[in-house]
Amino acid sequence: MSKEKNKVELLHTNYIHSLKIERRWVRFYQAVIIIVFFSSWELSSQKQWIDPLIFSSPSKIWHLFLDKMQDGSLLTHTGVTLTETIFGFVLGTFLGTILAAILWWSPLIQKILDPYLVVLNAMPKVALGPILIVVLGSGYPSIIAMGAIISVIITTIVVYTSFKEVDPNYLKVLQTFGATRFQCFKEAILPASFPTIISTLKVNVGLSWVGVIVGEFLVSSRGLGYMIIYGFQVFNFSLVFLSLLVIAVIATIMYQLVELLEKKLIKE
Amino acid sequence: MSFLQVQDIHHIYFTKASATTALSDITLTVEEGEFVSFLGPSGCGKTTLLSIISSLLKPTQGTVLLENKPVSTSKNQIGYMLQQDYLFPWKTIEENILIGLKLSKQLNEKNKSAALNLLYQIGLSGVEKQLPKQLSGGMRQRAALVRTLATEPKLLMLDEPFSALDYQTKLKLEDLISQTLDEFRKTAILVTHDIGEAIAMSDRVFLLSPSPGRIYKTLTMPEELRMVSPFEARNHEVFPSIFQLIWKELESLEQGKE
Repeated sequence: MSKEKNKVELLHTNYIHSLKIERRWVRFYQAVIIIVFFSSWELSSQKQWIDPLIFSSPSKIWHLFLDKMQDGSLLTHTGVTLTETIFGFVLGTFLGTILAAILWWSPLIQKILDPYLVVLNAMPKVALGPILIVVLGSGYPSIIAMGAIISVIITTIVVYTSFKEVDPNYLKVLQTFGATRFQCFKEAILPASFPTIISTLKVNVGLSWVGVIVGEFLVSSRGLGYMIIYGFQVFNFSLVFLSLLVIAVIATIMYQLVELLEKKLIKE
Repeated sequence: MSFLQVQDIHHIYFTKASATTALSDITLTVEEGEFVSFLGPSGCGKTTLLSIISSLLKPTQGTVLLENKPVSTSKNQIGYMLQQDYLFPWKTIEENILIGLKLSKQLNEKNKSAALNLLYQIGLSGVEKQLPKQLSGGMRQRAALVRTLATEPKLLMLDEPFSALDYQTKLKLEDLISQTLDEFRKTAILVTHDIGEAIAMSDRVFLLSPSPGRIYKTLTMPEELRMVSPFEARNHEVFPSIFQLIWKELESLEQGKE
């Protein structure tokens, strides 16, 4: 009996070991890709195989990074963009959910608004940029509005669909206890749709970055989007690449944070 | 006057393509403390009738009176149990069984401890803080029964509550529910397509005929079956003959349709 058990345990340890080895190889190749990418970039730039004026080089970007860190301007720009993005996507998700709740509340309103939602969803939201700037002025409000507006309609549609797909028998249970429509929403519809709302949050992080960066292209005098446009105008492509890399890192961190939040909130 | 009076119910479902008569000319009464069943093939409007009696659905025509008052005015007098437990998966068992009290704003210490007490009586101790998915199917359906009984409804509607359970659990739950209802002197209406279940649990059985749903026959169960538990009733010597009788009635219903 114990022999049998030992054998199973041994097999299990072997299995775990093989998993570990596979994971190490995956990590190794991921590291190889990034090292090869940056070193060949550096090399080809120094050997003038690519135009260093346009493609810059990792070392130049790194020096610029240190410079900008020292005078604090990088942190300011990043802080500005980050704030706008967070406000944008929280606002977009929040408004989208409220709109979805209104549509669920009144089937008549839903029927009336349906074609308009389709039109708004199909429209490229960034095209509204100039109008937002004229209406809200050239500052935080219009950029945050860009970050929010880009995600609000798709959030509305996705969340409303999930509201509608909640098993009607849950509502029946509540109705037999004499629940009002608001109580049905609070006790069944909203909690049942929570996983969907969190997962739209993940999509909206990405969308809001687009909205905010485009917003900064158009109007701002601060932020990472502004750094890109400024670098382009003075033909300082090191600055452009620096901003891109910072955006890539921060957007990834934000996405991971939302994923962490998802795991915390949805225990199932 | 009877406890529950169902008078002259007609119900029609409308769709774009057609208007289907689901129920026609349903009149019946149920006395206090009685257990009755609606038995019939699927599509005979059993669940529709149950929804109308519990005022979840407004009938096209007819009235339902509970203690001489229209059911629509008597909130929380009627408890409803569905085919599956439909416990809210994100709420603990305790939150689930207290939801009825919470919604009708009757949640106080006294009602809460009464509901928790009911949970112990029904054989579910120590699960209050667990989530529904941690419980077995039978345990969940029992928790759903506690949820239904927690608001102390006068009339209990059972819409095939055992159909999603395995046979053994189903027999055990039949006994448990029957015993619990007797204890609290509740009136109950069971919807089922299981002949044995209807005989074992009920005082009276209404046979419904399909399209449109009508009351085809009313059968009163003999005293000796009504006295004993559902499980004993299934093993009683008169059980097979009643089963045969109902079987033949349902057969003739089907032939009549063809």
